[in-house]
Amino acid sequence: MSKIVIIGNSAAAVGCIEGIRSVDKASEIVVISDEQHHVYSRPLISYLLLGSTDRQRMKYRPDSFYADNMTDVMLGKTVVAIDPKAKNVKLKTGEVISYDKLLVATGSSPFIPPMKGLDKAKKCFTFMKLDDALALEKELTPKSRVLVIGAGLIGLKCVEGIADRVGSISVVDMADRILPSVLDKDGAQLVQSFIEKRGVKFYLNDSTAEISENKAVLKSGAEVDFDILVVAVGVRPNISLLKDIGADCGRAIKVNEKCQTSIEDIYAAGDCTESYDISADTNRVLALLPNAYMQGETAGVNMGGGEKVYDNAIPMNAMGMFGYHMITAGSYDGDVYTETDGMNYKKLFYKDNRLVGYIIIGDVERAGIYTSLIRQRTPLNEIDFELIKSKPQLMAFSAQRRAKELAQRH
Amino acid sequence: MKRIYVNEKWCLGCHLCEYYCAFANSGKDDMAKALKGVKINPRIRVEEGEKINFAVSCRHCEEPLCVKSCITGALTIKDGLISFNKDKCVGCYTCIMSCPYGCIMPDGSGHAVQKCELCTKNACGEPACVKGCPNQAIVFEER
Repeated sequence: MSKIVIIGNSAAAVGCIEGIRSVDKASEIVVISDEQHHVYSRPLISYLLLGSTDRQRMKYRPDSFYADNMTDVMLGKTVVAIDPKAKNVKLKTGEVISYDKLLVATGSSPFIPPMKGLDKAKKCFTFMKLDDALALEKELTPKSRVLVIGAGLIGLKCVEGIADRVGSISVVDMADRILPSVLDKDGAQLVQSFIEKRGVKFYLNDSTAEISENKAVLKSGAEVDFDILVVAVGVRPNISLLKDIGADCGRAIKVNEKCQTSIEDIYAAGDCTESYDISADTNRVLALLPNAYMQGETAGVNMGGGEKVYDNAIPMNAMGMFGYHMITAGSYDGDVYTETDGMNYKKLFYKDNRLVGYIIIGDVERAGIYTSLIRQRTPLNEIDFELIKSKPQLMAFSAQRRAKELAQRH
Repeated sequence: MKRIYVNEKWCLGCHLCEYYCAFANSGKDDMAKALKGVKINPRIRVEEGEKINFAVSCRHCEEPLCVKSCITGALTIKDGLISFNKDKCVGCYTCIMSCPYGCIMPDGSGHAVQKCELCTKNACGEPACVKGCPNQAIVFEER
C-alpha cells in the first residue's frame, strides 16, 4: 500500500482518483486544494451566472465522491514546495505531507498583461474559478456597463452568463476575430453577428491604451464607458512547483504518454501540462476539461500499478452562445471542404489521407464521428469520404468495420 | 451485460425502432396519442443507404469517451450502463463532440442532450426498439 498525493482538485484530480481506484482499492489518496470547495466543474461558472445550473448541480462529482473513493481532502491549503528527494510536499501552513507518488494537477491561472491604468478600475475581475464568478455576480446590476477584455472562450462564456443581468456589454480583443483559437475568419463572423444581435458590442483588432476608473480608451481612439471590467485575455499554466525543482518544462510541464514528468514518481495532468497534439504533430497546452480528465485518469491508472497510455490528444471544443452551437477539433491545415447554408457552417480540413480538423457551427449533430476520424487517424481511402463529408455517418465505413463497431461489444 | 447489437443485413429500413423508442420515452401509454402529429426525436436512428440500412444507438462502451469528456458529471457509467442525468446537463454538447458513433443528440429543448439508456428509466423495462423490430435487425443480448 502506498500513499498518493494529488495537488489540485478539478477534472484531472478526479480522473486520477477514478483511475487509481479502477486498479487499486488500497492505496491512501490525499487531495490538496487551495480552493475551499467540493470538486466543481470550472466551465460551469458561466452557466451558474446564467442560472442554468446551481452550486449543488455544478458539483462535478456527488457529495459522497471522496468518501466513496476513500480519499482524504485538504481544502484551502496551498502547496508551496515539493521535495522530490525526501518525497514530500510542504504547505503554506508549514505542514509537510509525504508521498510515494505525486500528481501535480495545478491547472492554470488567468494571465493579466500590463495595461496602463488597470489599477484604477475598481471593479476588475477574472473569470476562471467559482470564487471569481461569485465575486463578479455580487457586482452585477441591471444597469451595469461591462467591458470584457478578450473575445476567447472564457470571455465570451462570461458574456453569455451575464448578458441578461446587466445593462450593456462591450468586448475588446487584439485579434481580428472572436474566438481566434477555435474559429476561422468566416465562422467567427457568423457567430459574432449572432452575438451582436443580443446587443453585445465588439471592438476587434483593438486593445486598451489607457484605463481609468470608469472608462477605457482604446488604441483605435474609441472610448468605452464601463462599471465592471472583466479581464479574460488568456491563461498561464501553473508550473512553478515543478519548475523550481528542475522538472522538464516548456510553456507547461512536459509529460510522457503515461503522464509522468521528468522527475521520478511525479506525474502531472491537466491545464498545467503540455500534450502531444496528434492532429498537428506538435506539443501544445490543451486546456480542455476532457483532456484534463483523460490525462488524470491515465496518470492514476499508472500510479495505482496498472498500465495506461494516453496518446491521442487533440484540441477540441464544444461551445454554445445563446443557443447557437459550434464544435471544433484538430488543426486547420491542408485541403479544405466547405459547406455553408445560412446559419450552418462546416469546414473539414484533411491532409495526407487523414482528416486533421473541423469547424462546425449550427447543426452539430453527430460531430463526434469526425472527431473519431481525427483521433484514430483513420485513412480516408478506407472510408467513403465523399459520403461522410456532407454528413457524419457510419454508412461511410466498410461493412467489416461497422460489424466490429455495431455488432461487437467494445 | 446485455447490449443492443445490430444485424444490418436484416434491417428493412422501416424506422419502427425509432417510433418505438419515441413512444417508450414519451411517458404516455397510448402509442397513437404519443406520436400522432409529433415530429419524433428518437434516441435510436436508422441510417439508410442504397443497399443497406441499420439502426444506431448508444453502444454503452466500456471506455466511454462521453462520460470521460462530460463537463458536468451528467453522464456516468455503472455496471456497464451509461446513464444520463438531465438535471445536471447544461447542453454544452461536449458529449456530441466526443461520441465516435454519433449516438448522443440534442433533446429538442436545446438545453440538454439525450441518449439511449436501454429503456431502464421508462415503463418498458427492456429496449422497446428491439421488442418492436419486425425482423430481428437489432437484438438485446450478451456478446
